[in-house]
Amino acid sequence: MNLLTEKPAKGFYRFSSPQTFYPLAEKMLPWFWVAAALFGIAGLWISFFVAPTDATQGEAYRLIFVHVPASWMSMFIYLVMAAWAGIGLALGTRLSGMMAQALAPTGALMAALSLATGSLWGRPMWGTWWIWDARLTSELILFFLYIGFIALQAAIDDPRRADKAGAVLALVGVVNVPIIYFSVIWWNSLHQGSSVSLTKSPSMAQTMFAGMILMALCFWMYSIAVALMRVRAIIIERERNAEWVRTEISMEKTNAVE
Amino acid sequence: MPTATALLITAQRDLLLAMRRKSDVLVSLFFFVIVVSLFPLGIGPEPLLLKKIAPGVLMVAALLSTLLGLPRMFAADYADGTLEQLALSPLPFGLLVSGKILAHWLVCGLPLVLLAPVLGLQFGLDGESLPMLMLALLIATPLLSLIGSIGAALTLGVRGGGALLALLILPLYVPTLIFASGAVEAQMVGMSTSGYLSLLAAMLALAVFFAPWATSAALKIALE
Repeated sequence: MNLLTEKPAKGFYRFSSPQTFYPLAEKMLPWFWVAAALFGIAGLWISFFVAPTDATQGEAYRLIFVHVPASWMSMFIYLVMAAWAGIGLALGTRLSGMMAQALAPTGALMAALSLATGSLWGRPMWGTWWIWDARLTSELILFFLYIGFIALQAAIDDPRRADKAGAVLALVGVVNVPIIYFSVIWWNSLHQGSSVSLTKSPSMAQTMFAGMILMALCFWMYSIAVALMRVRAIIIERERNAEWVRTEISMEKTNAVE
Repeated sequence: MPTATALLITAQRDLLLAMRRKSDVLVSLFFFVIVVSLFPLGIGPEPLLLKKIAPGVLMVAALLSTLLGLPRMFAADYADGTLEQLALSPLPFGLLVSGKILAHWLVCGLPLVLLAPVLGLQFGLDGESLPMLMLALLIATPLLSLIGSIGAALTLGVRGGGALLALLILPLYVPTLIFASGAVEAQMVGMSTSGYLSLLAAMLALAVFFAPWATSAALKIALE
C-alpha cells in the first residue's frame, strides 16, 4: 500500500490516516497532560484537605476518590475501545484498530486499580480483602475481558488481522458486559447501594462529590493523553517502512540537535 | 439447495467425521467425568457438602469439557482448505457455520446432558433435581457451543490457540454458568426455577441468532 499516491481526504476524515493523525496527536498531547495535571491537583486538594471526614467510614473513605474514577474509566474505556473497533471493522480504517489497541492497556490498568483500591477499602470496611459480591466480581470479569483482548492481539502477528479479530472480540464483549453485569447482580448482591446516580441527587456531601468528579476528569484526561502517546508509538511501529515515517524521524532528529 | 438442507448436510458431514474418530469424542466425555470425580477427592466425602456444590461442579466441568472440543470445530477444515471452499460457496456462510456448531453440540454437548444424571447421583442429588439438572444442561450446552464457536474462530491458526481460547471464552461463559447452576440450586431448595430457565432460554435465542454471524465474521478474518 503506497500512502503517497492516495489522495488526502477532506475535513475531519483527513485525520483518519495515521500519517496526518501522528502530528495532530503530538499537538494535542500537551493539552491533555496539562488538563490531567490541573484536574488532578484540584481533585487531590479537595479530596485530602477540603472534603470532610465521613461520619461512618472515617478517613478510609477517601479511597473512593481513586476507586470510583478508576471503575468508571475501566467501563467507559471498554465502550470507547469497542466503538473504535466497530468503526475499524465497518469502515476498514487502520487508525481505528490502532486506537483500540492503544486503549486496551489503560483500560486494564484502570480495572486493576479499581480492584486493588476496592480491596484496600474492603479491608477496614467489610473486614475482608475480597468478597464475591456483584460489583467486585463483574469488575474482575471486565479485567479478564481486557486481558483476553490484549492476549489475542499479541498472539496474531499480522497487525491487520489482529485489529479485526480484536474488533470482533471487543464487540462480542460489549454485548456481553451488561449480561454479565446483571447475571452477577442476580447471583449475589451484598455490596452497598450506589451512592451516585444520574436520577437522584447524590447522597454524599457536595465537596466529596466535587472531589470525585474532578478526579474522574483527571483520570479521563490522563487516559486520553496516554492513549495518544501509545497510538503514536503504534503508528511509528506499524508504518516504519512508509516514506513519511522516515522524513518525520529525520526531522525530529534535526530538531533535537538544534 | 434449500438453506435448511445445507445446514443439515454440514452438520451430517461433521458428525460423520467425528464418528470416524470416536476417541476425540470420548476423550472430552471422560474429561467431564474425571473433573467431576476429582472434586469429592479434593474436598472430602461429606454428603451434605457434596450435594450443595453439585450443581456448580457439574456446570463448571461441562463448561471445561465443551472448551476442550472447541479447537477441533474448525481446525481440520481450516488446515485442508475445506473452510475456504465453504466460505466461497453461494450458500450463506453463517448457515454452514451453524451446521458445524450444531454438530459440535451433538458431539460434545448432548452426551454431557445424558451423562449428567449419573454423576448427579454420585453427588446425592434427589429425584427432582436430576431432571432439572438435565433441563438446565440441555439449554446451557448449546449456548456454550455457540459462544465458544466465536472464540474457536478467532483463535484459528493463532499461536498458543488452546490456552488463548480459554482466556477469551471463559469470561463470556459466566452468565450461562450462573443461571444454569442457579436453576438447579433453586430446585434443590424448592424455589421457582422459571426465572433462571427463561433467562437461559433468552440467551440461547440471542446466541442462535448472533453467534453464527460473529463466528462467520471471525472466520472470514482468519481466511483473509
